[in-house]
Amino acid sequence: MLETPVLEAQKVNKYFFSPDKTQVLKEVTFQVTRGEFVSIMGKSGCGKSTLLYILSTMDTDYEGKLLIDGEVISGKSPSYLSKIRNEKIGFVFQFHYLLNEFSVLENVMIPGLKLNKKSRPELEHIAMEKLKIFDMQDHALKKANQLSGGQKQRVAIARSLMNDPLIIMGDEPTGNLDKRNSDIVFNIFKELAKEFKQTMLIVTHDAEFAAGTDRIIEMEDGYIIKQ
Amino acid sequence: MKVSLILEIAKALMLARFKQTMIAAIGVVFSITMFVALLGFMNGLNKLLDGLILNRTPHIRFYNEIKPSVNQPIDLADEFSNFYNIIRSVKPAASRLSIYNNEAIIRTLEEDPRVLGVAPKLSAQVFYNVGTIDITGVINGIDVEAESKLFAFTDYVTAGNYIDLKNTSNSIILGKGAADRMMAEIGDVIQATTSQGNRVQLKVVGYYQSGLGDLDNVQSYASIGTVQKMMGETASYVTDIQVKLKDFNLAPAMARDYRDIFGIDADDIQTVNAQFETGTNIRTLISYAVGITLLIVSGFGIYNILNMMIYEKMDTIAILKAIGFSGRDVNNIFITIALTIGFVGGTIGLILGFMAGLGIERIPFETEALPTVKTFPVDFNPKYYIIAAIFSIVTTYFAGYFPARKASGVDPVEIIRGK
Ligand SMILES: Nc1ncnc2c1ncn2[C@@H]1O[C@H](COP(=O)(O)OP(=O)(O)O)[C@@H](O)[C@H]1O
Ligand SMILES: [Mg+2]
Repeated sequence: MLETPVLEAQKVNKYFFSPDKTQVLKEVTFQVTRGEFVSIMGKSGCGKSTLLYILSTMDTDYEGKLLIDGEVISGKSPSYLSKIRNEKIGFVFQFHYLLNEFSVLENVMIPGLKLNKKSRPELEHIAMEKLKIFDMQDHALKKANQLSGGQKQRVAIARSLMNDPLIIMGDEPTGNLDKRNSDIVFNIFKELAKEFKQTMLIVTHDAEFAAGTDRIIEMEDGYIIKQ
Repeated sequence: MKVSLILEIAKALMLARFKQTMIAAIGVVFSITMFVALLGFMNGLNKLLDGLILNRTPHIRFYNEIKPSVNQPIDLADEFSNFYNIIRSVKPAASRLSIYNNEAIIRTLEEDPRVLGVAPKLSAQVFYNVGTIDITGVINGIDVEAESKLFAFTDYVTAGNYIDLKNTSNSIILGKGAADRMMAEIGDVIQATTSQGNRVQLKVVGYYQSGLGDLDNVQSYASIGTVQKMMGETASYVTDIQVKLKDFNLAPAMARDYRDIFGIDADDIQTVNAQFETGTNIRTLISYAVGITLLIVSGFGIYNILNMMIYEKMDTIAILKAIGFSGRDVNNIFITIALTIGFVGGTIGLILGFMAGLGIERIPFETEALPTVKTFPVDFNPKYYIIAAIFSIVTTYFAGYFPARKASGVDPVEIIRGK
């Protein structure tokens, strides 16, 4: 029996209407199966970010069908999509890191608090465990804006893991880091794939990074040209 | 749990913009303080001014009115019974002013459980003879004890002792204005002529000052017996029966009932003082208008500050939405901020408003016209505090409503892409 894909896109088309009608995604169709570590590559402006926003349910203005864990997501209500994002998807941004109003530990905990399935002490414990994976436990009580860029990104990844999501999506998560920090983050992803069998879909420019993943999806001009 | 998370995030956002939040809250504090102080003060004055008249006005007054007979002879004639008869220039009938059988009426009224007290009264038109001129005036014959018990008579006797009116025969308490015009000192004997032509000597035992100049120029008081004697009438001659009720709201209905039972005229306080109430209502309306304007202005302050906060915290909102907060959650966060500002500002405002009331109450306010008043009057009616509390919450809610709706509509993709 074939396992249900974690994520499936069927003939996704996306248009922008300003300034003129342009199609940025063309008949995008692919699957991500459980435990797979997939990278997306392609030239700047080919539609990678746009695709990722659709896959993460934040952008609902597209044609085609999107399935998460076998469930059709297209056309669902915004509040239902919020729930899906909270429960099943971890997102790592390129620039947007953390909530500066909160401590590192609280930042990691917030998706868990929002999910509201475990008590606060339990969540604190889990958040601490996630921070330990990235060797950030000593910074738990610092405010988010007291960290370096690399540290912030590690905390952001820890946060994306908080609710043990079905899939983690990253939009050039190392794109804004220096070589040393991007190596650290890169190794973290590899470790997550190997040790935790975490399903991941990461957009990257870094060929070396991509080479280390299970599968590379290559995009050009809104098409998937190779996978 | 979910509520506590919303509260936690709202608190973090407020602390991050502590200064602006404080300024918004101070706006609310100021307006609520002003609202409470203003209404308390205004209504204190209202009550004082109302009291000037209402304290001394009977709730129901029974009297015989001089008026034309309702049944004219032509109405009794058979031959005109099918006609619509119009008679011009009808003159009042020669009816008696004295209330017939007034002792029985007074006894009946005193037995009514709704009645607080009854005081008979008798008015006499007089001329005070001062040298070669005559000054007109009215001498009210009163039951001194009932009058002071029911209508605060003693409060307005500014010089002399009111009880002398009862204990000294042929004594008078002169209106302050009348006394000044006659230059009558306490202890002097003045001469008055009644409309029947009787001349009497009266000893001045005090001054009466109501605060209403017109009244004080004309009205003077003597015991009911003195006035009856002046007019050459018997001890049963009474022109007015004044009634004070336990609940003055019953006055119109009771006046109607007794008018029919006793067959005499009866006026209730509400009808007599209708225009007075209008003045009170307008003063109250103005103070509400000013207070609510202040609140609305502070509402705009909150609106501005929340809008600013939302622009500054776009990233935070985008991240919250990306990690699974719904538009409704974001909306609740900002509504919570607005309501917190309203609640904290409102509470402090109520306390400061109360203290401002206490302060105003200590400011000396002495005026010739108001002999019983020493400081500014303030009304501490809890009603104003409740209204202010409700208004502070309602205005801040509406001030937060639109910014919160805007925040809930933030598209995270737009913000994230914008970086
Ligand atoms: N809001 C928008 N309105 C119009 N065009 C847009 C908008 N956002 C992105 N685009 C265009 O869509 C294309 C794909 O953008 P994007 O997905 O960000 O590319 P990538 O992430 O692969 O660099 C680009 O040509 C970009 O100019
Ligand atoms: Mg991009």
